[in-house]
Amino acid sequence: MAFPIAQRGLLAALILAGVASAVSGSIDPYFLDVVMGVGVSVVLASSLNLINGFTGQFSLGHAGFMALGAYTSAMLSTVVAPHLGWSPALLQWVFFPFSLLVGGLLAAAAGLAVGAPSLRLKGDYLAIVTLGFGEIIRVILQNVDAVGGARGLTGVPTHTNLFWTFGSAALTVYTVWALLNSTHGRGFLAVADDEVAAEAMGLDTTRYKITAFGIGSFFAGIAGGLYAHLKGYLNPGGFSFDKSIEIVVMVILGGMGRHAGVVFAAILLTLLPEGLRELGSRSVPNPFGGAAWSLEWIKDMRMILYSLLLILLMLMRPQGLFHRGERRRQRT
Amino acid sequence: MTEFLQQLLNGVLLGAIYALIALGYTMVYGVLRFINFAHSDVFMLGAFVAWYSVEKLGLPTQSIGGGLMALLLSMSVCAVLGVVIEKLAYKPLRQRSTLTVLITAIGVSLLIQNVAQNSRLGFGPNPKAFPALFPSQQLHFGTLTVSTHQLVVLAVALSLLGLLYWIVHHTRIGTAMRALSFNATAASLVGINNDRIISFTFGLGSALAGAGGVLYAMNYPSIDPLMGTLPGLKAFVAAVLGGIGNLPGAALGGLLIGLVETFVSGTRLSTFRDAIAFGILIAILLFRPAGLLGKLKVEKV
Repeated sequence: MAFPIAQRGLLAALILAGVASAVSGSIDPYFLDVVMGVGVSVVLASSLNLINGFTGQFSLGHAGFMALGAYTSAMLSTVVAPHLGWSPALLQWVFFPFSLLVGGLLAAAAGLAVGAPSLRLKGDYLAIVTLGFGEIIRVILQNVDAVGGARGLTGVPTHTNLFWTFGSAALTVYTVWALLNSTHGRGFLAVADDEVAAEAMGLDTTRYKITAFGIGSFFAGIAGGLYAHLKGYLNPGGFSFDKSIEIVVMVILGGMGRHAGVVFAAILLTLLPEGLRELGSRSVPNPFGGAAWSLEWIKDMRMILYSLLLILLMLMRPQGLFHRGERRRQRT
Repeated sequence: MTEFLQQLLNGVLLGAIYALIALGYTMVYGVLRFINFAHSDVFMLGAFVAWYSVEKLGLPTQSIGGGLMALLLSMSVCAVLGVVIEKLAYKPLRQRSTLTVLITAIGVSLLIQNVAQNSRLGFGPNPKAFPALFPSQQLHFGTLTVSTHQLVVLAVALSLLGLLYWIVHHTRIGTAMRALSFNATAASLVGINNDRIISFTFGLGSALAGAGGVLYAMNYPSIDPLMGTLPGLKAFVAAVLGGIGNLPGAALGGLLIGLVETFVSGTRLSTFRDAIAFGILIAILLFRPAGLLGKLKVEKV
C-alpha cells in the first residue's frame, strides 16, 4: 500500500534537510546547536509516541534506549573509526549512518527484551519495569570504565549535521505514520483502545506490543547516536530518569497518539528552556528611569516554571495542548 | 563473623528507613491507586526541616529532647505538606485517568525539587552538613561497634512501624482506610467520608516519609535537594516487591532491599548497588507480578 502524499512529504523533508545542511556553515553555531537539538527531540518524542500514545503502553525508560544507541555509536566512532583510515567526509557520510544504525539495532534488541515483560504487566507495573531498566542501563554505563564510567565519554566526533538530524526526524515521523495507517498498524490502536476486545477479535496483542517497543527503541537509539555526535560528549547522568520524563512530557503535551501534536510539543519544549535562558540574559528598561531591570531571575526560575506548567496543564488540559480529534478522523 | 553482624545491622537500619518510606507509597496506592512520585521529595523536605530546626530555630544538638523535637517538627510539617499537596494537585483529578494523576505527581515532584534547588526560594543546590541530633557515642558489644545514632534510628523506625500498625488495625480511622482501599464505592455507601480518609492517608504517609528523611540524614549526614530521588525509587521498589497496597509487604520489601543493598556494598560489586534494587524488581515482576505478599487480581471483562 502506498502513501503518495506522505512519501512526497518525506522526500521533500529530506531534500530540505540536505539544502539546509549545505548552507549551515553560515548559521550561528549556537542557533544551529539548538535547532539540531530540536530534531533529536522530535525523533525521541515521535518514537515514544508509538509506544505510549498509539499502543497505549506506558514506558518510563526511553532515555535508557537512547543511552544504548548513544554509547554504541559513540564507541564505534571513537574506537573503530580511527583504524579505518577513512577521509573525514567518508566517515561523516558513510560510517556515521552505519554507526547510527548499529546503535539503533542494539537499542531495538533491548526494546524487544523489555517488550517481553509487557506480555504480563500492565499500566503502572510496566512503567516501573521500564523505569528500572533505564536506571540499570545508567548504573552499568557509570561503572564500565571502557566507556568512560562516571567521568563520561569524551572526544566523540561531531558528525551530526542538519541533514542527519532532520532526515532522521522526518524518517521517524514517516515510519510511525505509515505504520499506523497500514492494515497491520490498526492493531496498535486496537490494543490501546481495548486490549481485551482486541484479543477477542483475534489480534495477537503481544506481537503488537513487542513490535511497538522494538521500533520505538530503534529510533530512540538513533536519536541517542545523533545526540552523541552532536554534543561530542556523553555522560551517564544525562540519561537518567529525568530525561525519560522529559520525553514523556513531550508526548503528553502533544496529546498521546497524535502525530503532529507530539512533533510540535517536542519543538516547543526544546525551544522553551533556550528561550527562557535567552530572556534571562536580557533586561527591560525601567519606566521610572534609573537602572534597567534585569531579567536574570528567569534563569533561576525556568525549571520551576516548567514544572508549574506541567501541573497546570494536567489540571486544566489533560488531553494535551494540540488535541483536535485527529484520532477520531482516522477511525471513520 | 563480626563483619557479617555489622553488615546485618547496617542492612536492617537502611531497610527500616526504606520501609518507612515504602509504607507511604503503598498506603497512597491502596486508597488512590496511583504512584505518588512527590513522596520522595517529602522525604527530602523532612531532612531539611530537621536541619532548619537546629540551624535556624536553635534546637540543641546532641540531646535526646532536641532530637525528638526536631523529629516531631519535621513529621508535622511533612504531614501538613502532604495534605496540602493532595488537596491542591491530586484532589481536582479524582475522576481522571491514572496517567493524568501520575504525570501531575511527577510535576509536583519536579516543582519541589526545583524550588528547593533555587537559592532564593529554597535551600540552594549545595549539600549541607547534617548536625548530630542525638547524643553520639560509639558503643562496643564484644567486637561489634554500634553508634547511639544507629540505635536511635532503629528504635524510632520500629516504634513508628508499630504505631502505624496500631492505627491501621485498631482505630476507627484505620478501619476506614482499609475499607476504602478494599472498595471505595462501598466505603462511601456505609458513610465513610472518602476525602477525609484520603487526606489522612496522605498526612500519615508524609509524616512517615519525613521521619524517614531525618533518620536517613542521621545515617548519611549530608543533605541536598535531590537526596530523595534514589532512596525514594528504592523504597518504591520495596513497596512493589512486597506487593503494592499491602502494608506488611512494604515493611518486608524495605527490609529486604536494605539488606541486599548493604551486603552487595560489601562485595566487589559495590558500585552496582543502585542497579541491584531494580534488578530484583524486574525479576519479581516477571515471576510474581503481585509482589511477595500481594494477591493477584483476576481481570474481569
